[in-house]
Amino acid sequence: MIKVENLCKHFGAKIAVNDISFTVEKGEVLGFLGPNGSGKSTTMRIITGYYPATSGRVTVGGFDVAEKPIEAKRLMGYLPESAPGYADMTVNGFLGFAAELRGLTGSAKKAAIDRVIEMCFLQAVVYQTIDTLSKGYKHRTCLAQSLIHDPQVLIMDEPTDGLDPNQKHEVRNLIRKMAPEKAIIFSTHILEEVEEACTRAIIIDRGRMVASGTPAELKARSPSGKLDEVFRALTLSDTVKAA
Amino acid sequence: MNAWANIKTIMKRELGGYFTSPIAYVFLIIFLLLTGFFTFTIGNFFERGEASLVSFFTWHPWLYLFLVPAVGMRLWSEERRLGTMELLLTMPMTAWQAILGKFLASWAFLALALALTFPVWITVNWLGSPDNGIIAAGYVGSLFLAGSYLAISCMTSAMTRNQVISFILSVVICLFFILAGYTPITDLLTRVASPVVVDIIASFSVMTHFEGFQRGVIDLRDFLFFVSVIGFALFTTGVIIRGQRAG
Repeated sequence: MIKVENLCKHFGAKIAVNDISFTVEKGEVLGFLGPNGSGKSTTMRIITGYYPATSGRVTVGGFDVAEKPIEAKRLMGYLPESAPGYADMTVNGFLGFAAELRGLTGSAKKAAIDRVIEMCFLQAVVYQTIDTLSKGYKHRTCLAQSLIHDPQVLIMDEPTDGLDPNQKHEVRNLIRKMAPEKAIIFSTHILEEVEEACTRAIIIDRGRMVASGTPAELKARSPSGKLDEVFRALTLSDTVKAA
Repeated sequence: MNAWANIKTIMKRELGGYFTSPIAYVFLIIFLLLTGFFTFTIGNFFERGEASLVSFFTWHPWLYLFLVPAVGMRLWSEERRLGTMELLLTMPMTAWQAILGKFLASWAFLALALALTFPVWITVNWLGSPDNGIIAAGYVGSLFLAGSYLAISCMTSAMTRNQVISFILSVVICLFFILAGYTPITDLLTRVASPVVVDIIASFSVMTHFEGFQRGVIDLRDFLFFVSVIGFALFTTGVIIRGQRAG
């Protein structure tokens, strides 16, 4: 479903993404791991068509994101990193807005809103404005927005960031539940999440892909069999250098 | 058809945004109070002893100078500050549709504000018998004047996430568009430059083009001027939004 080939992104002299390639098929959940500023968000923004790539190609469901952006975007749901929302809108209004932009109207729109409200446990805040929501609710509202059209491809930038342990658990459950029907990419700092929810993981460091494999394969790289040691071994040298 | 549905959705959200916050009400009240004050007090509406809305329309370029950027400043800077721009531009629609939707919504809001000045029109019709054709042309001109300022505010709003900077920039640009054809300034210019140069500079001014509308003349050239300012400013908005993401 998602095919990324030799993707590069430069911001002036800074190279944010350097020659990243991977594919994600339906039924797969790909975890993006990497330190802060390693290029995870930038890669996701290119896949979703927000940033144009400097070079390389991204296709989603066979549509080149640069050439057929509308068709590609139609297939995707996207949860940006900060889980943004319009402060002055109610949850219901915001989801309705997203639904309409996804081409849903009338009873289809209403059914879609009801479905994501239930999926993301938003029943208690439906008519509350977004600026009055707690961080967890705000996050889930944006997550609901990304699911409104039941997309085949789901891109989530740190979907569990800022959630309490129970909410994190719920979101991971949700990802696992949806996995068989979709191609999913999500980024995270939390290594257990990768083991719990991903079928495959990629470690990105300073714009480069430094490791890729199933969680078990990645773990096997370390003598102790712990994912965080693999992560540290692959990315720490650079952190020290940067400091 | 799909494009229009997207534009309508954006418009609906944007207009809703004005009315769920105090912005709309504060703006409408201030706008109506100020138009009343300028028309009747500063503009000597009654002392003029003529049945026209000259004293009403004369002030619009100056009144809009501060009020229209106040409406337009948030259009894109707010999207950037909240991060919703990322959401909006990853939706299956073109940036054009979003730009147009936002612009049309704010323009419709300004049209509402302008329409609410109808008591002035009733007053002048009650007191005398003005040429309502001239008044209608004045309203059309005023609406396009507001649209031009708004498109400029839209453009400056796309440049920054800071609404204050966006506001100041658009006031300065709009001020240029006024002063280029403001009589005291053009008089000053004729002393140092040839009349041809002054005419060319003045032809860039909203004052020059708004004048015809106030006299009841809807000249195609004046009309085209406002439409091109709007078109150019919105096009630039698109370029800025695209440029920011290209890095």
